[in-house]
Amino acid sequence: MFNYTLRRLLFAIPTLLVISFIIFALLDLAPNDPTGELPLTIPPEVREQIRASLGLDQPFFIRYLLWMQQFFINEPLNLLEKMTGWQIGDGSRMRILSWATRSPVVDLIVERLPQTLWVVGLSYLLAVIISIPIGVISAYKQYSIFDQIGTFVSMVGFSVPTFFTGVVLIVIFSSWLQWFPSVYDTNHQVTDFASLMFQIKQMALPVIVLTLYNTSQIARFVRASMLDNLNQDYVRTARAKGVKENIILLVHVLRNSLIPVVTVIALGVPTIFSGAIITEQIFRVNGLGQLLITAIQGADIPLVQTLTFIFAVLIVLFNLIADVLYGILDPRIRYD
Amino acid sequence: MTDATTAAAPQPPARSLTREIWGQFRKHTGGLIGLCVFIFIVLAVFVGPYIHTIDPNKIDIRAKNQGPSVLHPLGTDNLGHDMLAQILAGGRISLAVGITAMLLSLVLGTLVGVISGYIKKLDGPLMRLTDLFLALPLLPLLLVIIMLFRDTLRAAFGPETGIFILIVFVIGITSWMHTARIVRGDVLAVKSQEFILAAKSSGMREWRIVLRHILPNVMSSIMVSATLGIASAIITESALSFLGLGFPSDFPTWGRLLFDGANFLQINPSRVIWPGLAISLTVLSVNYLGDAVRDALDPRMLKR
Amino acid sequence: MKKLTVFLASTAAALALAGTAANAERATDGDLKILFWQAVSTLNPYLSGGTKEIYSSSLTIEPLARYDQTGTLTPWLVTEIPTVDNGGVAKDMTSITWKLKPGVKWSDGTPFTAEDVIFTWQYCTAPDGGCAQKAQYEGVKSVEALDPTTVKVTFTEPKYYPYSAFVGAQSPIIQKAQFKDCVGAKAPGCTSANFGPIGTGPFVVKEFKPNDVVTYVANPNYRDAAKPAFASVTLKGGGDAPSAARAVLETGEFDYAWNMQVEPEVLATMIAKGKGKIETAFGTQVERINLNWFNPDPALGDKRSTKEAGPHPALKDPAVRKALSMAIDREVIDEVGYGEAGKPTCNIVPAPDIYISTTNDWCLKQDIDGANKLLDEAGWKKGSDGIRAKDGVKLSFLYQTSTNSVRQGTQALVKDWWQQIGVASELRNVAASVFFGGDPASPDTFQKFYADVEMYTNNFDGTDPEKYLAEWLCDKIPSPANGWQGQNIPRYCNPDYDKIVAELAKTGDLAKRAELAKKANDMLTAEGAHIPLIHRGQPSAISNTLAGVNMNAWDSELWNAADWSRKK
Repeated sequence: MFNYTLRRLLFAIPTLLVISFIIFALLDLAPNDPTGELPLTIPPEVREQIRASLGLDQPFFIRYLLWMQQFFINEPLNLLEKMTGWQIGDGSRMRILSWATRSPVVDLIVERLPQTLWVVGLSYLLAVIISIPIGVISAYKQYSIFDQIGTFVSMVGFSVPTFFTGVVLIVIFSSWLQWFPSVYDTNHQVTDFASLMFQIKQMALPVIVLTLYNTSQIARFVRASMLDNLNQDYVRTARAKGVKENIILLVHVLRNSLIPVVTVIALGVPTIFSGAIITEQIFRVNGLGQLLITAIQGADIPLVQTLTFIFAVLIVLFNLIADVLYGILDPRIRYD
Repeated sequence: MTDATTAAAPQPPARSLTREIWGQFRKHTGGLIGLCVFIFIVLAVFVGPYIHTIDPNKIDIRAKNQGPSVLHPLGTDNLGHDMLAQILAGGRISLAVGITAMLLSLVLGTLVGVISGYIKKLDGPLMRLTDLFLALPLLPLLLVIIMLFRDTLRAAFGPETGIFILIVFVIGITSWMHTARIVRGDVLAVKSQEFILAAKSSGMREWRIVLRHILPNVMSSIMVSATLGIASAIITESALSFLGLGFPSDFPTWGRLLFDGANFLQINPSRVIWPGLAISLTVLSVNYLGDAVRDALDPRMLKR
Repeated sequence: MKKLTVFLASTAAALALAGTAANAERATDGDLKILFWQAVSTLNPYLSGGTKEIYSSSLTIEPLARYDQTGTLTPWLVTEIPTVDNGGVAKDMTSITWKLKPGVKWSDGTPFTAEDVIFTWQYCTAPDGGCAQKAQYEGVKSVEALDPTTVKVTFTEPKYYPYSAFVGAQSPIIQKAQFKDCVGAKAPGCTSANFGPIGTGPFVVKEFKPNDVVTYVANPNYRDAAKPAFASVTLKGGGDAPSAARAVLETGEFDYAWNMQVEPEVLATMIAKGKGKIETAFGTQVERINLNWFNPDPALGDKRSTKEAGPHPALKDPAVRKALSMAIDREVIDEVGYGEAGKPTCNIVPAPDIYISTTNDWCLKQDIDGANKLLDEAGWKKGSDGIRAKDGVKLSFLYQTSTNSVRQGTQALVKDWWQQIGVASELRNVAASVFFGGDPASPDTFQKFYADVEMYTNNFDGTDPEKYLAEWLCDKIPSPANGWQGQNIPRYCNPDYDKIVAELAKTGDLAKRAELAKKANDMLTAEGAHIPLIHRGQPSAISNTLAGVNMNAWDSELWNAADWSRKK
């Protein structure tokens, strides 16, 4: 298993390089433009000069190599300097600058991480915690009332999009009942109990929206996979042997059912980093999702490229983790 | 000679197998209700316009934002479009897009998943390809695809069919990765079980092993992907439309009606209730259908 | 020397503190909460050019003169508006001299001088800087300081409208001391300066999270000791227009929200809660449908919509162009999509008052029968499918616009009316970042105009339409040769029109300028370069607890934020 992991990690490097190139080419090919959102009163020749000042007049490969140099050399060096306080070189390295804000992309991402982790990360965590018991009980008591209600709620939860549930929750809880704010305050600092309560209040609505959506999805996979395993011969054997029902369920069946669940969660965790675009927009959480979508709409290539590439790294990493977990969950799975 | 025997031998059991599956299916109350609701929805959106004959794009500005009435059973929107006609017309597009795109992504995903789970040599490359697709930013990808292919397809198939093909293709190729990863995980687990080894040692052909033993055992995950896939295809289509990358604005779809209606929630709640209900009902009925089909196909259930 | 500056600065700060203490008015009204649903990405308007950046930076940095809510030039950092009469503008119109207000200080306490004004010009015109407001400084030969409070701007040739550089929210003065190492290619690297420009305005940037939220506090060195009334400003970004309106009008979480383009009935329900109101300022924005004078047939490949493609087979007929306009009911478009925020118009120059023409007001009244008759007489006969045709050319148009729910509503209405006169239309909407992006590789930009008709809005900065009217000159037609970079989108070309515009550039007398501008405006609508639809205003949501807001479409909407206060 160790050899396998090492081999995969080494193979990940060329994979990621190829991915970074394809993303860059795709962004370059896309027909939107960084001057697209400017007022039409700005004349074409000035737009041309703006493009030139962004480096867009350079050939494609030069721009790609420049990004590579900035991402793989300059930014890590800068991080090292910040963490250790050393001075490496003359400190005049070009960092990756966003075209819209003209500030270092990495700083933007660091600034956005807290709210995204609070809202999107927490809701994903909640979804995993809630959905596994729901899935297990639904499968164990298939077609019971609990299962039927669970199926109904999760299907509705998945098929009603977040742009709708978000608005409904705002109208009910912010407008009528005035319980929760509809705008997320990113400047809020948690220092004492009162400010913690405020933080919980302002997170409540977006977290509910996202948790509902994610729970629905994961619970369905847990249920389906549990159902498969409950009918297996080994369950009957174990029952015949008089093994306690709880142990059969939670140790044997659940463990064997976790493979698709691990897959789904491993696919889901990187998406925490890419944020929840629609929900973040509706509640103005302004996390990574909002950063990404404004960058895409504004054709801010350095920002989109960096965000997407970090996202790609996480995907490759978590899919690797999933593959390793398969082997632990089911020792019969061998990769070598 | 060999052909004749192989062709003749499985015939009788195949017929009874179909009957047996149908028998299993009938026992599944949820599945039957799901089937009925689904047929009802399909009939409604295809036959409905012959009964409720108002043109969905007919504008009657004096009758805007109305509640339900005899003339407009589901009320009207802010341009005076009849909501019932819009929902019926929207259903045709949404159902067609949802089901075709889901099937495309399911077939692609299952194919990639089974191949990479079953054939070790192809596992690495195929999964790295999956990683690539997962990492691609959707919106720029769509912009590029539409820039490259829209005019060609429009010239070849006309504006409506052209956009339909484009959207189904786009949703299909950007949503197969989850299914592929999940199916692969299941295949990896199933592949190492004893009955597969037994089948292999008995000299069964590889593709028959896949069809007979592997696929039925990963069916339940595929079914869940299918139901979730319809819902996300319908929603993704609406996202494409309101980004200006989908159907022209005079082609109503359920997702789009829901999106446009969200701001009118307080003025005219029926603008969001009906399209929302239509999407949810479709997904629910497909879900129960899927449950029933899975139960009916389950090899262990048949044994009982 | 260095010690001395520090000493001066600290005494200035001490004096300023004393000033605040002496007057209880400043910074007594708490936090002003503003919502911009398009988030602010930088606070240096020279590096961005977007409206949101111009508005948000106007709280800190100011121009020499502003337009007030009526579009009248008002001295801001100067003592008076220079004119030929008061000797501020040279008789031959080749220079203008600004007299700075004495005693104005930057928020860091240092004096505001002519050097800063000169530097601002150098900053924006430096090569490789990519300054978005370069057009404001067009034709400026030199800027020099006659003394520390007098600035003389010299033009390369007589400029009959000399109020462009340093005037209006588009060209505010930045501090030389802060930006002196940020000129040209070094401009983007100065992140802390770009995110917190030192200004002379009522507020100082305290913290800026790009694309998210800006926090300002009252400027202790502001020239009016009693202002601003608010101690701080929070300018939050993100989301969409309807939810921003809701935060002001329904939940009351915010005081002010900008750019409320939301369906009128949705706003009406929110206003009914009684927490706020919508106010609209009308500038020069006109929503119009451009008619393509060249042939955009896809079969022509790369030649389409260029001169080589030849004239448009159907739209070359003036009767068709006029009928398309007659069939439209502008009142209904206004009622459905704009409400208070729009007025039906037949002009492309809809304001200021002296430029408003009434010659083409026939278009305000919908006339389906008249349009049908006109097309009948011109020989366009209805076929079996109800669509008119003549000589094998069908009246069937591809109608494109950017993605926006109000525009899609208008498209549906127009399609319906055109159907009634036997004109078919295929609707298309394109994502705004692509449509307005101008990428020469994309077929969907408004400049390429690979469609028969297209709809969007445009306007001009300030109050003078000369530069704007020059957009319809023959040599401004976008084509592959100029990288599709022209502003004459309808591809209109008329030598008589070019003559009028040339004359306008040489006329100094305001009444005569107005007459020429009207003539040009009338010509464009009458000949059918485009179909003007709606004179669009800028609607903003304002809380009932906020006093002093004076909506202004000619400058930044936040232009008089120093006068805003909380209602007691």
